Amino acid sequence: MVTLNTLAAFALAYVGLLFGVAFVAERAARRGRGRWLRAPLVYTLSLSIYCTAWTFYGAVGSAVRTGFEYLTIYLGPSLVMIGWWWVLRKLVLVGRSQRITSVADLISSRYGKSNLLGVGVTILALVGTTPYIALQLQSVTLSVGVFAHPGEAREAGDATALYVAMGLALFTVIFGTRNLDANERHHGVVMAIAVESVVKLTALLAVGVFVTWGVMGGIGGTLERIDASELGQVRMDGGRWVGLTLLSGMALLCLPRMFQVMVVENDSDAQLRVASWAFPLYLMLMSLFIVPIAVAGLELLPAGANPDLFVLTVPLSQGQDALAVLSFLGGFSSATSMVIVAAIAVSTMVSNHIVMPLWLRTRGPGASVSGDVRDVVMLSRRLSIIGVLLLGYLYYRTSGGGAALATIGLVSFVGISQVLPAMLGGLFWRGATHVGALAGLTVGFVLWLYTLFLPSFGEGVILPRAVFDAGLFGLGWLRPHALFGLEGLDPLMHALMWSIALNAVTFFAASLVSFPSPLERLQGAQFVSIELTPGPTRSWSGGPAEVEDLMIMTQRILGAGEAQALFAAEARRQGLEGNLPDPSPDFLETLERKLSGSVGAATAHAMVGQIVGGMSVSVEDLMAVADETAQMMEYSARLEAQSKELARTAAQLRSANDKLTRLSVQKDAFLSQISHELRTPMTSIRAFSEILRDGEGLSAEAASKYASIIHDEALRLTRLLDDLLDLSVLENGQVSLNVRSGLLSELLDRAIASARSDEDGQALRILRDPAAERVWISTDLDRLAQVFINLVSNARKYCDAPVPELRIRVGQAGGRLTVDFIDNGSGIAAEARDVIFEKFARVSDREAGGAGLGLAISRQIVTRLGGEISYLADEAGAAFRIELPLDIAMAAR
Amino acid sequence: MSDTGGPRRTRPPLFLERRSYRRRRLIDAARLLPVLGLMLWLVPLLWGIGGRTVSASGAGIYIFAIWVLLILAAAVFAITLGRSAGSAREVDPETRAEEERPPW
Repeated sequence: MVTLNTLAAFALAYVGLLFGVAFVAERAARRGRGRWLRAPLVYTLSLSIYCTAWTFYGAVGSAVRTGFEYLTIYLGPSLVMIGWWWVLRKLVLVGRSQRITSVADLISSRYGKSNLLGVGVTILALVGTTPYIALQLQSVTLSVGVFAHPGEAREAGDATALYVAMGLALFTVIFGTRNLDANERHHGVVMAIAVESVVKLTALLAVGVFVTWGVMGGIGGTLERIDASELGQVRMDGGRWVGLTLLSGMALLCLPRMFQVMVVENDSDAQLRVASWAFPLYLMLMSLFIVPIAVAGLELLPAGANPDLFVLTVPLSQGQDALAVLSFLGGFSSATSMVIVAAIAVSTMVSNHIVMPLWLRTRGPGASVSGDVRDVVMLSRRLSIIGVLLLGYLYYRTSGGGAALATIGLVSFVGISQVLPAMLGGLFWRGATHVGALAGLTVGFVLWLYTLFLPSFGEGVILPRAVFDAGLFGLGWLRPHALFGLEGLDPLMHALMWSIALNAVTFFAASLVSFPSPLERLQGAQFVSIELTPGPTRSWSGGPAEVEDLMIMTQRILGAGEAQALFAAEARRQGLEGNLPDPSPDFLETLERKLSGSVGAATAHAMVGQIVGGMSVSVEDLMAVADETAQMMEYSARLEAQSKELARTAAQLRSANDKLTRLSVQKDAFLSQISHELRTPMTSIRAFSEILRDGEGLSAEAASKYASIIHDEALRLTRLLDDLLDLSVLENGQVSLNVRSGLLSELLDRAIASARSDEDGQALRILRDPAAERVWISTDLDRLAQVFINLVSNARKYCDAPVPELRIRVGQAGGRLTVDFIDNGSGIAAEARDVIFEKFARVSDREAGGAGLGLAISRQIVTRLGGEISYLADEAGAAFRIELPLDIAMAAR
Repeated sequence: MSDTGGPRRTRPPLFLERRSYRRRRLIDAARLLPVLGLMLWLVPLLWGIGGRTVSASGAGIYIFAIWVLLILAAAVFAITLGRSAGSAREVDPETRAEEERPPW
């Protein structure tokens, strides 16, 4: 028979071994020879802390009581692991890229680094984990009690629990807080629990193999005896089968200790990939021999033996002391590994979300630069570990280690699963908000407390019996086991359904109606699309941060060496001399993330925020960005409009410039024309006057001829000057009209007579229509006559027909009087028609003695008289039409 | 907006090269595996209906057989995926283009 002392010796040796393993692993990791520590196998084995002493011992008890139902606790996690592509992969990615340190940190970080949420999840985890730790202590105590002689059991039990708790606290403090960065791997711890998981699997398999082959005579015999036993008929509670499978699957994702080993300690996808099949394999092996052991226990042990201890008592009853000790060590391993990791996980949460924020607050503003945060973080984490274990021990002592504790496993599962809606919502739904998460968690937590946790202590212990019978405040629909009047449910399933369902509904509804803060939206985008944007969230907009202050703060959290290396590396990256980089948003982000690995996202954010001065992104910033965009768009639209207008103006300017150029050319042409016109008569006048002056022997006849030439030329000059003056006056609008009334026919008579006055040679025949010409007109008759004279003399000069004739046609149409002068010549060439009214425009080469001003003057006159002169292109010869408003004519009647 | 947070990416390609395509189908299979497992493990709900009973040994063998098969399948998928992850670029199943078609 193994004595307690022998057992204690074994246990101590085993613990010594674990310390050694952890120590060697830490040393190897520190020396950079720790590749094997990151092996996927080690990772998978570390996951096996899922199998606690509760499952190590309790599974057999559960099998005795409810048949195969114990399997659900393993089936759920197996499915979640096999389906790692759905959730786990993303969870692990987020955990790595955001340097998540715990479940609380994940939720807090996702929902805008809200510490309130972090505190909420921490409390939930603490409430859920403490009884669980107590349960482990109880199982170790019970297993020790199996070896104890009657009488010393109770006493030994209490001592055992205390020693175990103290030993675990020591181990966890030593190996669980070696790194300040909680996001880094705890190599020692991971290696130790990997060894422990090998021990517990070996122990359970050894007992199973012994039972199957040593007691029952092989596989065939075992199957026969199973069918023949009490468990032979499958008793299946369908609701619990499904519910517990789901529950254990959910718990795998949410349990703080599982999150610690699965997400926080994870290094690579390869680890998860191997674990996806290796961990289900481990679970399968753990549950393989449970039923044979249960059947053997039922057969071999006296009725009333505690089925929860069959794993120990069956080997003992067969005299297999060594096997029993191995089995004890297996159970011990299960208990200790769970407690160690749970203590690390929960203490990280307590330290980062409760102790550190409180400490920061008590130090007031500027706290981040005064005092050694590094030591404070370490101390707070160590104290938290001790505190968590102490709580567990006290819980064990006060609860008395009764049956209430045995049910706490599933109760704890339901409690911690309340995190799931906020977690999954945060990972996959960008619309999930801080308000929604807080509301959902609160509803779930309260329902869990009321319907499961408090009732689990038994009727009348915490909740009065009246509450169970009549409901809270006597409201029947508030009975803890029949919420909303839904009776007849299994209490666990009842609580699970209501708490998770209402939690999820509240989370969803509150998320829908609330509006997330900018930081929350940035984080949400990061988490949901983690595979697309592995980069950091840009939540710092940069500002006048004192980089020295940042440096001091970082030194106090990370330690001088690491902080200086970090800053120097950043300075190099920014291409700066010296060791102090610019506090760029990128750098602030990196720094915050680095710090969050040590003190949690919310605290790191707050600390950086204190120094940077709240330059964190705000709604206003986001709106300013949006405004800027809008302004840019408006500005560019304005620019576009302006450039269009400029283009239009440029086109106008170009055409104006063209016109000016044309005018300038015209002016030059005019000047050269006029000087030419003036010089020709001048030349002859000068020449002949010189002859007259110098010619003594000049005959009187010749002198008279020369004088008349001079006279003619002078006349021509005068006429030209008169014309020019006339045109100038007309063009400047300085002419005053001398309006008189007269008959058109008389005016024409006068004009023709005047035009023919100097007629010589061939006479121009003029065809007229006297009847039509009997029109009274009231206008400047002299000016009009001038126009007529000009047109008639033009016809006389330029008509190239053998028998030249001019037809004068008078008509009235549309309130206008038209007078057409049409000759029978060849007319004016089409290309010259638009210039004939210009000054000095002479179409024919024939020397006709005119200066080319006649038509220009005519047009000016007609325009002054309110009419219009035009060339008629559709007549045979040259045809001009003068149009005058008829009211001038009629008014005279 | 978060769209301003991250630079807009170009659309994922319409077609994938054969290896990436295989890899994605493998991921699909890996995703379906737990669904299949859940369905098979829900079969015990049907036991005991109509007064007929199932022997414990038979039930145990059924549940464990499924377990072993699931583990084997998951191991095959994980190891194959692990190999292709080394050679092919890590593809992202979330951004899988809906317009993705088999490369015929």
